[in-house]
Amino acid sequence: MTEIASPKPIPVTVLTGYLGAGKTTLLNRILTDNHGKKYAVIVNEFGEIGIDNDLIVESDEEIYEMNNGCICCTVRGDLIRVVEGLMRRPGRFDAIIVETTGLADPVPVAQTFFMDDDVRSKTELDAVVALVDAKHLPLRLKDSREAEDQIAFADVVLVNKTDLVTPEELATVEATVRAINPSARIYRTSRSDIDLSKVLDQGAFNLERALENDPQFLDHDHADHVCGPDCGHDHSHDHHGHHHHDHDHDHHHHDHDHHHHDHGPSPIHDVTVQSISLRGGEMNPDRFFPWIQKITQTDGPNILRLKGIIAFAGDEERYVVQGVHMIVEGDHQRAWKDGEKRESRLVFIGRDLDREKIERTFKACEATQA
Amino acid sequence: MPTVAPLDLEGHVVATAFLGDVPFFATAIGAIHRLDHGHKVTEANDGLLACVRDEASDTLVTGGEDGKVFRVAVDGTATLLAEVPRKWISVVAAGPQGAVAFAEGRTTRVRLADGTVKEFTEARTVEGLAFAPKGLRIAVARYNGATLHWVATAGQPVDLEWKGAHTGVTFSPDGRFLVTSMQENALHGWKLDTKPGADTRHMRMTGYPAKVKSMSWSAKGKWLASSGAPAAIVWPFASKDGPMGKAPLELGTRGDVMVTAVACHPVEEVVAIGYSDGMVMAARFSDSREVLLRRPGKGAVSSLAWSKNGKLLAFASEAGDCGVIDIAG
Repeated sequence: MTEIASPKPIPVTVLTGYLGAGKTTLLNRILTDNHGKKYAVIVNEFGEIGIDNDLIVESDEEIYEMNNGCICCTVRGDLIRVVEGLMRRPGRFDAIIVETTGLADPVPVAQTFFMDDDVRSKTELDAVVALVDAKHLPLRLKDSREAEDQIAFADVVLVNKTDLVTPEELATVEATVRAINPSARIYRTSRSDIDLSKVLDQGAFNLERALENDPQFLDHDHADHVCGPDCGHDHSHDHHGHHHHDHDHDHHHHDHDHHHHDHGPSPIHDVTVQSISLRGGEMNPDRFFPWIQKITQTDGPNILRLKGIIAFAGDEERYVVQGVHMIVEGDHQRAWKDGEKRESRLVFIGRDLDREKIERTFKACEATQA
Repeated sequence: MPTVAPLDLEGHVVATAFLGDVPFFATAIGAIHRLDHGHKVTEANDGLLACVRDEASDTLVTGGEDGKVFRVAVDGTATLLAEVPRKWISVVAAGPQGAVAFAEGRTTRVRLADGTVKEFTEARTVEGLAFAPKGLRIAVARYNGATLHWVATAGQPVDLEWKGAHTGVTFSPDGRFLVTSMQENALHGWKLDTKPGADTRHMRMTGYPAKVKSMSWSAKGKWLASSGAPAAIVWPFASKDGPMGKAPLELGTRGDVMVTAVACHPVEEVVAIGYSDGMVMAARFSDSREVLLRRPGKGAVSSLAWSKNGKLLAFASEAGDCGVIDIAG
C-alpha cells in the first residue's frame, strides 16, 4: 500500500446534543452499520461506545481564544492536535466524527475547521448534527443555553425519543426546533434510528452543495412568503411565521400547534435565539459585499450561522454565502437554471440581532435601489 | 557536490535523527527504520505520534497512539518506559540524567532513570515539553503561557504568562531564554534571567504567515532558526536582550513555497532548510549564501537532522521519500 497525499479533504461530522439525547446510540449505529466505510471518532469520553475500534480517540475539550481581540474567534486546541495525528495516516479511515459533550458549544468545534490552516487544508466540515431529546427539550431550554445553541447551530436536527412523547408534545418540540433554527433539516427518530445518508455526507458547509437541497430554501420557491422578510416583524412573533413553516412541512401537526398556541404556554418563550430570513431581488455586488463584511464584523459575535443564495445583477451564476460568527465564505455555485427565479435569500440565526436594520440594509443592496 | 542517498518509506515520516553515525527514520505507522550496514527496522509504537533524540544517552524517545513511551537504542532495541492505556502520547521530551517526560491531557509525567515517576498537572492541556539544559527542570507549554517545574526538588513552579495558545517549547542551550511556538503564527520568548514582571522579560517574534512547527538553535545558541515562512527565519540571541529590536535573518527565501523544517549545523553557522515541496537547502548566516542539497520530492520535509560532525544531513518527508545527504559528496 502506498499512501498518496489525497487531494480530497476528509469529511468531518460533528455530533452535538444534550446529555441523554442519544448521541452515543447514533454513534454506535454509525460504527456498526454496514456501509463499508471506516470512521475515526474523536470523543470526550469513551463512555458507552460498545465498539472495539482502534480509531476512537479520547480528547479533552480545550477551547482556545485566538489572540486577535475577537471573543468569538475560538477553536478547539485538542482537535487541532488529534486531527493532525490522524491525518498523518489518512488511509485508515474515510471520515471523521467528532462527538461533543452535552454542554459543549459547537461553535469552536466548527470554527476549528475554518480557522486552523493545517486542519482546513486536510479536512472539510461536513455537517453539524444535533440530537434533541423530545421528552426533555422544554426543560433543557429552560435551564440551559447550550441546548438552544446546539439546535441553532445545527444543519441536521434529530428529534429523538419520539416514542416517549404524545403527538402533541412532539409537534410542540418540532415547532420549537423550527423556531430556533428555520434552516435545519429536521428528522423524527426513536433510539437514534435514522437512515445514515441523512446524517453523513451532507456537504452542509460545502459552498457547491450547501443549500442545494435545503428544504427551507426550496420552500421559498413555492410557499407564500412565509419565511421572507415579513417572517417576524417583531421578535416575539417569530413563532407565528415558523409555525406556518411547520404547517408547510407537516399538515398533520398544524392544528396541534395552533391548539397549543391558544391554550398552553408556548415553549418558544424559552427561546432566545432568533432567525431573520431575508428575501430580495438581484443584488449590486458593490453594495452587497461591503454590507456582509460590515454586518459580520459588527454583529459577528451575535451571529451563530448565516446561509444564503445571492443573485447578482448581470451575473449568470448563483452565488452562495455561509458564515459562522465573523467568518464568511462565498463563491459562485452554478448557473441559474431556466425559469428559476433570480432572487436573493439569506438567513441569519443569532441573538440580539437588529431585525429592522438588517432587513433595511439588505434591501439597500438591491441593484434596483438608487 | 552533495550526493543524496534516497530511502523510500511507507507513509508519513515523523522524525529523523542520528544515533552515533546511524540515521534513524520514525514513521507515523510506528516502524523505526535505520541505515546501519543495510536497511533495518524496529517496530515500536502501534502508531507513532512523537519522536525526539535523547542527547544524553544517544537514544530515541517515542510516544504513540498506543499510550506507550519507548526508548530506542542505536542497535534498534526498543524498551518500554511507560504506558498510559488508551491515551495518545503526542508530546515527549528527553532530559539530563536519563529523565524522560511525556504528556497526555493536562498531566505531565517525568520518568527518572531509576523508574520513579513524578507527575505535574496543569490547568490546561499540555501542548509542548522541554527540559532545561542544566538542572532537572521541565518547561510545559500550555494555553496562556508556560510553566517551569523542578522535577527532583520541591521548588515552586514558575508560571510564565502570555495570552494565547502555546503549542511547542524550547530552552536556549545556555538556559537564559525560553521560547514557545504559538497557535497564531508567532513565537514568544521569555528572558529567564530578568525579574518577573519586567518589561524586558517578554520577546515577541511575529510576522509569520504560517504556524511555526520547527525550531532549531545554532551552535552555542547564538541564533534560533524557525519554519513558518517562505524563508528560514533566524533570530539573533547572542546579546543579553535576545532578538528584541533586531530584525531576523531570512535565509533560503522562495516564492510561495513554505519552509517546513529547519536544523542548524552542529558546528558552523549554517542552517539546513526543508520546504513544503520537499526541497532541501543549506544557507550560511554570514552571507546568506545558499546551496541546493536536494531537489523537490513527493511531500513536505517533516524533519531534518545533522550527524554529529556535520557532514551528513538526514531528511524525512510527509510522503515517505527520505534520505541522507553527504555534504562533501
